Amino acid sequence: MITLDNVTLTHDRHPAVHHLSGRFAPGSLTAIVGPNGAGKTTLLRALAGLHPVAAGRIQGAGTGRIALLPQSASLDRSFPIACLDIVAMGLWSACGPFRAIGPEGLARTEGALAAVGLKGFERRTVGTLSAGQFQRLLFARLAVQDAPVLLLDEPFNAVDARTEADLLALIESWHSGGRTVVLVSHDLDLVRERCPETLLLARHALAWGPTADVLQAGAMRQARLAAEAWTDTAPECRAAA
Amino acid sequence: MPGRGLIGFLLDPFTAGFMRRALAGCIALSFAGPPLGVFLVLRRMSLMSDVLQHGILPGVAIGAVTAGLAVWAMGLGGFLAGLLVALLAGALARATGGREDSQLAATYLVALALGVAIVSQTRSLDLEALLFGSILAVDDAALLLMAGVATAVLFGLALIWRPLIMESFDPESLRVAGGRGALWHLAFLALVVLCVVGGFTALGTLMSVGLVMLPAVAARHWSPALPGQVRASVVLAILASVAGLHASYDLDLPTGPAIVLAAGALWIVSLSAGPHSSLARSWLRRPHLAG
Repeated sequence: MITLDNVTLTHDRHPAVHHLSGRFAPGSLTAIVGPNGAGKTTLLRALAGLHPVAAGRIQGAGTGRIALLPQSASLDRSFPIACLDIVAMGLWSACGPFRAIGPEGLARTEGALAAVGLKGFERRTVGTLSAGQFQRLLFARLAVQDAPVLLLDEPFNAVDARTEADLLALIESWHSGGRTVVLVSHDLDLVRERCPETLLLARHALAWGPTADVLQAGAMRQARLAAEAWTDTAPECRAAA
Repeated sequence: MPGRGLIGFLLDPFTAGFMRRALAGCIALSFAGPPLGVFLVLRRMSLMSDVLQHGILPGVAIGAVTAGLAVWAMGLGGFLAGLLVALLAGALARATGGREDSQLAATYLVALALGVAIVSQTRSLDLEALLFGSILAVDDAALLLMAGVATAVLFGLALIWRPLIMESFDPESLRVAGGRGALWHLAFLALVVLCVVGGFTALGTLMSVGLVMLPAVAARHWSPALPGQVRASVVLAILASVAGLHASYDLDLPTGPAIVLAAGALWIVSLSAGPHSSLARSWLRRPHLAG
């Protein structure tokens, strides 16, 4: 379980996420939705331990028990190594920096590549992949990581409908296997259909609970207005004191 | 050179002991430096290599001033100064929010000026030899330094190979998985400093990085994959060492510039006609493939 207790995350002292409390239950599948600038990625990075918590407390899953899927735009898609090597990076928690991957690890790696539909791509270099294939590759790495908590930042950006369906099926198999999944998405139809829980974020949590209750028309407009607010001369937050 | 043939021409310079020592040392460094260069290019840290090469000069000079002209003292001084500059540049980059190129440029300008100032105050030091290398400086101690550094760097790189690649590709996922990215980054920087210091007697502090960077940049035109680029960079560096030492001997050039010019020529050849993403590849309009 991941519990947030009055968490504030800032960029240069301006709050990106403001006084957020709540919990991601074990085995839950939660979508974080909200307009650009709502703090979704910042929250995800803080859950992963990559963004400092300015105030409040995150009781996380602990290092090594979380796997993060970064936005694919943040990675070098021409990185000069083979697909199999990228997927094998998921074995870090099992092998660390020095231990051999071994036949079992290799089998897991090849199995994960096959499971995302990239069988036969083992020796291809990353630079030859399309955006959708690259995303499949990152999902294979996630599968090999085998972490109980998965944080996915816009996993369906720039992929076609078939890739999206395949990747969704993978996410749902992880969910039904008892893992905790948190994903950021801008696709509200997809969230309505496939994600049981939703957090509507616009710096504050406007709503957090069963998806059908959270995604109502008025709430989305409110979310946009709240996320775009930025005052250079903002006073220090009183609730922080 | 009438009557001696090609073999004679190629081998003659290496009959002299100091040439053989320089050749052995440069070949040793050719195995260690260029693979580091491949990672510098991959991590978009090419500018960092400039900072390091300027950064070690004050340390080398201080080492020479405090302990005479002993190679180990100059090497140790250079290593410590290089580490200090690397850490300082890294800290500045973090503190200023990643706008590191300007901070790096400022750091190396100050370091170079400081180094030249110290050297100019010391009669016994030959500034030109320090900056650009001297073939006569490769005595047994210098050869041991080069070979020792090359051995240490090769083992070091083998040790951090896996985490270094992971940290280069996706540093944040490695951190989330508990991988201590900063440790591998620092270890890598230490190896680069070590390698640049290793080459300073023969190549000079200013030119030492040339043998690290140029073969690495050229290697990108020989293979699309990292292992192939590493192998190509080593081969290119060895060729540049042999050709450069030869030119240095025949034409009485300082060793550093001669080797770097040879490496530069190989880079231009690779860039224009290499098998991978070279100019020739983009200019030749060849029919597209069927699948």
